[in-house]
Amino acid sequence: MKVAKNFKTLMQKREVTLIILIVILTAVVTFRAPGFIKINNISRILNDTSILMIVAIGQFFVILTGGIDLSVGSIIAFSGMAASMMNQYNPALPVVLVLLAGIVIGAVLGAINGVLVTFGKVPPIITTLGTMSIYRGFTFVLSRGQWVTAHEMSENYMNIPHGHFIGISNLIWSAVIVVVLTYYFSKYTRSGREVYAIGGNKTAAHFVGVSKPKVDMIIFSLSGLLCGLAGVMWTARYAAAVNETAAGFELQTVAACVLGGVSVAGGSGGIPGVVLGALFLGIINNALPVVNLSPFFQMFIQGVVVLLAMFVNTLMGKRQEKSVLKRRCS
Amino acid sequence: MGVTTHNNNSLVETSRFINETGLKERFGKLIIQWEVILVLMFLFEIILFSNISPYFLDYFNLMNATFTFMEKAILALPMIFVIMSGDIDISVAAIIALCSFSMGYAAAAGVGAAGLVVTGLAVGTAAGAFNGFFITRFGMPAIAVTLASSSLFRGVSQAVLEDQAYTKYPDAFAYFGQGYVGDSVIPFELLLFVILATVMGYILHKTTYGRKLYAIGNSESAARFSGVRVNRIRMMNFMLNGLFAGISAVLLTSRIGSTRPNIALGFELEAITLVVLGGVSISGGKGNIFGVVLAVFFIGYLKFGMGLMMLSAKVMIITTGLLLIIAVLLPGVLDTIKGRRKLARQQME
Repeated sequence: MKVAKNFKTLMQKREVTLIILIVILTAVVTFRAPGFIKINNISRILNDTSILMIVAIGQFFVILTGGIDLSVGSIIAFSGMAASMMNQYNPALPVVLVLLAGIVIGAVLGAINGVLVTFGKVPPIITTLGTMSIYRGFTFVLSRGQWVTAHEMSENYMNIPHGHFIGISNLIWSAVIVVVLTYYFSKYTRSGREVYAIGGNKTAAHFVGVSKPKVDMIIFSLSGLLCGLAGVMWTARYAAAVNETAAGFELQTVAACVLGGVSVAGGSGGIPGVVLGALFLGIINNALPVVNLSPFFQMFIQGVVVLLAMFVNTLMGKRQEKSVLKRRCS
Repeated sequence: MGVTTHNNNSLVETSRFINETGLKERFGKLIIQWEVILVLMFLFEIILFSNISPYFLDYFNLMNATFTFMEKAILALPMIFVIMSGDIDISVAAIIALCSFSMGYAAAAGVGAAGLVVTGLAVGTAAGAFNGFFITRFGMPAIAVTLASSSLFRGVSQAVLEDQAYTKYPDAFAYFGQGYVGDSVIPFELLLFVILATVMGYILHKTTYGRKLYAIGNSESAARFSGVRVNRIRMMNFMLNGLFAGISAVLLTSRIGSTRPNIALGFELEAITLVVLGGVSISGGKGNIFGVVLAVFFIGYLKFGMGLMMLSAKVMIITTGLLLIIAVLLPGVLDTIKGRRKLARQQME
C-alpha cells in the first residue's frame, strides 16, 4: 500500500516523467538509427542544448515570479555581436576579458529591463516586448548591418566553447557550473527562496517583508547575465555573429521551462525540471533528421510540444487542487 | 520644522487660489487626458516633417502612405478588446502567416478571389478559436498559449513551404491590397479600416458587449458575479482577433502578392504598441477607440516621415520599441502626478 502510494507520488513528479520520456524517445530513435547513442552524437546533443539550458534557467527565474522575458534572443544577439566585434578589432585582447565583457553587457541589458519593471511599473511582458525590438535594433546599429565571420574571429575566441577540460567541452562545463550555482541559489539562499515566495503569493510575500523590486532586479539582471554568457558562446560556437542571432529563441526557453513543469502563472518548478526540459527539446531537435523530418518542422513540433506540456501542467494542477479539497473535506 | 510648515501653507494657499478660479483644474484635466497629448504629438509631428521634407504634406502621398500601416492598424482594433479584458494575444502575426499560407495553398488549387478571401477569414477565425478554447476552457494563461500557438501556426506554414513561396494569385485578388476606391486616390485598405474602426468603436462604446468588456477589465470576478459570461466574451475576443488577422492577411497577401513563412514577422509587437500607445491600459478596463485610431495615424506617419528622412528600418524598430515602453511608462507617471494632486486636495480639506 505504502509502496504503491510512494510510487504514485514519484510518477507525478515532472522530473521522473521527463526522464522516462527521454529514455523512451532515445530508445525509439536509436532503434531507427543505432548511431544516435554514440558518444560523439551524445556530446553533440549536450553541446547543442547547453546554450538553451543556460538561457532557459534565466527565463525560469523570471517565469517563477509570474513574469516573462521575451528579450532573451535580442540580448544574446547584442552581447554576442559586441563580444565578437571586440575580438575582431582587438584580436590581442585576452578572450577571458571578452567573455567577461559579453557577460557584463548582457547583465546591464537585463538590468535595464529590471529598472523598467521595478521603477517604471511597466509590466514584464510589455517591457521585454519593447526591449526585444530595441536591443535587436541596436544590434543592427552596432554592427552597421555587417556580420562577423569565422576568419575575422581569433582562434582563441572560437575556442571558448570548443576547448576541452578532461574530455568535456568548455560549453558543457559552463552549463554545468550555471546549473549548480543557480540550483544552490534557488534552494539555499535567502534571495532564491524570495523568488519562490513572490511567485507563490505576492501579497503574502510582501507582508513577510520580501521586497518585490529587489527580487525583480535580481532575476532580470540574472536572466540578462546568462544571455550575455550564451551570446558569447553562441557566436563563438557557430563562428559567426549575425544580426538575426537567436531570433525566436525566447519561445524555446519558455518551452524548456514549461516542459520542465514550471507553471507559467508562477510559483512552482525547479532547476532540475528545466534542465531536463531543455535536454528533451535538444533530443527532439537532434532526432528530426534521423526520422526523416526536415528541420523546417522544428518550429511546428515545438509549438505542439509546448501546448501539450502546458495542457498537462494545467490538468495536473487542477487534479492537485481537487485532492487538496478532498483531504480538507474528509 | 517651522519653516517647512510655513512653505507648505503658502503652497496650499496658492493652489487653493488657483483652484477657486478653476483654471488650473480644467487645464490640468485637459492636458492629462491621453488623447489630447496624442493630438498634440500628432500636430507636432506634421509640422516637424512638413518643415523637413516638401513631400510630406502632399494629399496623394499622405493617402498612399496608409498602404504601409493599414494591415497593422486593422490588427489593433480587436486587440483593444483583448487587452481591455485583461488578456493578450501575441499570435496574431503567426495567424496572418497561417492564413496567407492557406490562401496560397487554395490559390494553387485554383480557387478564385472570393474563395480566397473566405479561406483567409475562416482560417483566421478558427485559429483565434483555437487560442480561445485553451485559454477559456482550461484557464491557461493567454500569453503562454499564444506564444506556443504562434510557433504552431507559423510552424505549419514553414513545415510545408520550407524555403519556397506562393506567388501565384488571381488578378482580381490584387484589388484588396492595391486598389483604390472608384476613381479617387483613397486606398481600399483605408476605407476598410475606417469602416471596421467605426463598427468596432460602436460595439465598444454603444453596446452591452462593450460595457461588459470594461466590466471584465476592471474586475473579472465582480463581472462574473454580476452575471457577465466572462469566458464566452473572452472567447469571442480571441475569435475576433483571429478574424481580423484573417482580414489583415487578405490585404497583406494581396498587396505583396506572395507568401513566405516569415510574412508579417513582428506585427504582433506593432499591433500591441498601437493599442497601448492609444491609451488602453495593459491591466485592462481603461481606454477608448479614438486614442487607438489616433495612435495608428501617429505611428504610421511617424514612420512615413522617418522614411522620407532616409532613416533606416532599424531606427524604426528601435522607435517602435521605445514608444511602446514610453506609452506604458507615461500614464503611470501621470497617475502619480494625479495622485499627488488628489492628496494635496485632501490635505486642504
